Amino acid sequence: MSSLTSALPPAQGTGARIARWGLYLILLLFAAYYLLPLLLMIATSFKSPEEIRTGSLLSLPRDFSLDAWSYAWNRACIGADCRGMAPYFLNSLVIVGPAVIISTLFGALNGYALTKWRFRGANIVFGMILFGSFLPSQVILLPMAQTLGFLGLAGSAGGLILVHVVYGLAFTTLFFRNYYVSIPDDLVKAATIDGAGFFQIFTKIMLPLSLPILVVTIIWQFTQIWNDFLFGASFAAGGAQPVTVALNNLVNTTTGVKQYNVDMAAAMIAGLPTLVVYVLAGKYFIRGLTAGSVKG
Amino acid sequence: MATLSINNVRKQYGSVEVLKGIDLDLTDGEFLVLLGPSGCGKSTLLNMIAGLETISAGEIRIDQRVVNEVHPKDRDIAMVFQSYALYPNMTVARNIGFSLEMRGQAKPEREGAVRRVARLLQIEHLLDRKPAQLSGGQRQRVAMGRALVRDPKVFLFDEPLSNLDAKLRVDMRTEIKKLHQRLGTTVVYVTHDQIEAMTLASRIAIMKEGVVQQFAPPQEVYERPANMYVASFIGSPTMNFVRGTLSAEGDRLGVSVGRERSGFLPLFQPPEQAGHWLGQEVILGIRPEAITCYDPAIAAGNPALVKVACGVNVLEPTGADTITYVELNGHEVVARIKPSDRVAEGETADFMIDMARANLFDPKTEQRI
Repeated sequence: MSSLTSALPPAQGTGARIARWGLYLILLLFAAYYLLPLLLMIATSFKSPEEIRTGSLLSLPRDFSLDAWSYAWNRACIGADCRGMAPYFLNSLVIVGPAVIISTLFGALNGYALTKWRFRGANIVFGMILFGSFLPSQVILLPMAQTLGFLGLAGSAGGLILVHVVYGLAFTTLFFRNYYVSIPDDLVKAATIDGAGFFQIFTKIMLPLSLPILVVTIIWQFTQIWNDFLFGASFAAGGAQPVTVALNNLVNTTTGVKQYNVDMAAAMIAGLPTLVVYVLAGKYFIRGLTAGSVKG
Repeated sequence: MATLSINNVRKQYGSVEVLKGIDLDLTDGEFLVLLGPSGCGKSTLLNMIAGLETISAGEIRIDQRVVNEVHPKDRDIAMVFQSYALYPNMTVARNIGFSLEMRGQAKPEREGAVRRVARLLQIEHLLDRKPAQLSGGQRQRVAMGRALVRDPKVFLFDEPLSNLDAKLRVDMRTEIKKLHQRLGTTVVYVTHDQIEAMTLASRIAIMKEGVVQQFAPPQEVYERPANMYVASFIGSPTMNFVRGTLSAEGDRLGVSVGRERSGFLPLFQPPEQAGHWLGQEVILGIRPEAITCYDPAIAAGNPALVKVACGVNVLEPTGADTITYVELNGHEVVARIKPSDRVAEGETADFMIDMARANLFDPKTEQRI
């Protein structure tokens, strides 16, 4: 983008002004392209079924109603179960919480060990872990199903947590490893002489310095796991299914008149947590907390 | 306080030998400076004393105890890093007290110790700050405080002043020296700065490619360098090296420089082996300050002074001295003369060389004769 603007002549004369407004127009079009579906979803979720049938697709709701939201939350039928999205939303929380925390912590530990306690073959180990992040998720479905069966975790939330932790480790390790490479080894040497051990250095020095990468990793892992459909559909049975699978089932099991407002409300419910995470943690992310840099 | 002995210590990375048998013995309270260019192995040796690198062969003893297999935290050493390596997430007070915290010392005792060190280094007002809020010199002090707080047997310094600006570097150098005089702890100090080495050390070990070239007090290293490498590494401007032939004139041995008869420079108290070199090529090493303007009154009282006539090529006034490039029988040499004695460029004048301070080197091995 910057190369585009700098290629323009200085903002003087009509030609330049036209080019500048043309640029704004294109940007507005892009923004609309991304925002219109969201607007459509939000607007539709607050409309009554009649309004949807009679009104235009993009018009704002005339009679603002929360009925579709409350229906989607605890009355909509998902398969034969008519308790709405709520229990599945809870399932997702139960899966995402531990999966994000465990995969992030182990990723940090891996990254720390791979950079600050370099052992023979550390690069090969890292290469193999890195390879995991290139594996398409479909490839691991069958072996993972077998493993879960073997461990007696098939169809449970615990099984799904394990899958997400193992699959996420490749990414979290990569993030932390690349971050820790930039932290001077002298810190670890100084702490070693000061008498701190492997885990003390990790908890007292490395982790407190990791806030920026922790935020990045948590955002990444949260969105990945919350939005996951494939693993949820493959490894979670009935009541243990995450919210994405429930959304799919809700939309597909509606009989009779299609309740677009309920579908949209349910979709918004399923998507809200990732939005919230971005809004809350994105601030830290952008601020780029590098407080206390060691540079002299 | 402790003795430190390093016996035939070697370090290998695969087939590359970085340290090729280092022998150094320090008495209690000595200040050893490891001096050398980057890549000579001096930092590796320091890390091995600290226990941060394994020892491939040989042994290191601190106070007679072999520490080859002892964990760094149990060696009773403290280290100051070039990057200071302050923990960015901790306050200055916690940085200094961290080693005590790790050793499970109670908080009141710890705070007392931190305060005592902070007072010594005049950083009491900084105790609540984070390292990022400190200037370079303040960080340097905190790094020293962290080393001092435990009262270790040996201090290890890894180029501690190279990140400071020139003025601060000189101030901190003096402070390190004062601190050493006050505490009397054994110190190993790594640097590539010859001035730091000369000013601080009780003994200097000059290293090159994993071998100690000379291990001696600073003045001896300066006046009687073991080889041409040491001679050229220490001193600025560097020592003049003049090729010549060892010859005799009457009963006096001397070095003939160039073809003219006036090129004979008689040696004052020649080394015992000099006789074996008669008629062979040698290298004469003369410090710039050993060449001065001829003064009959001084020359008469000192038989070591040899009068020579030289053409003056270039003058470089530095304020205290004037660095003068002169022609000595076809060889350009550097003289350090008083500004009041300066001779105009292009003229020829009489100079005198203090042959008592001359060194002879073997041109093939570059070792001192």
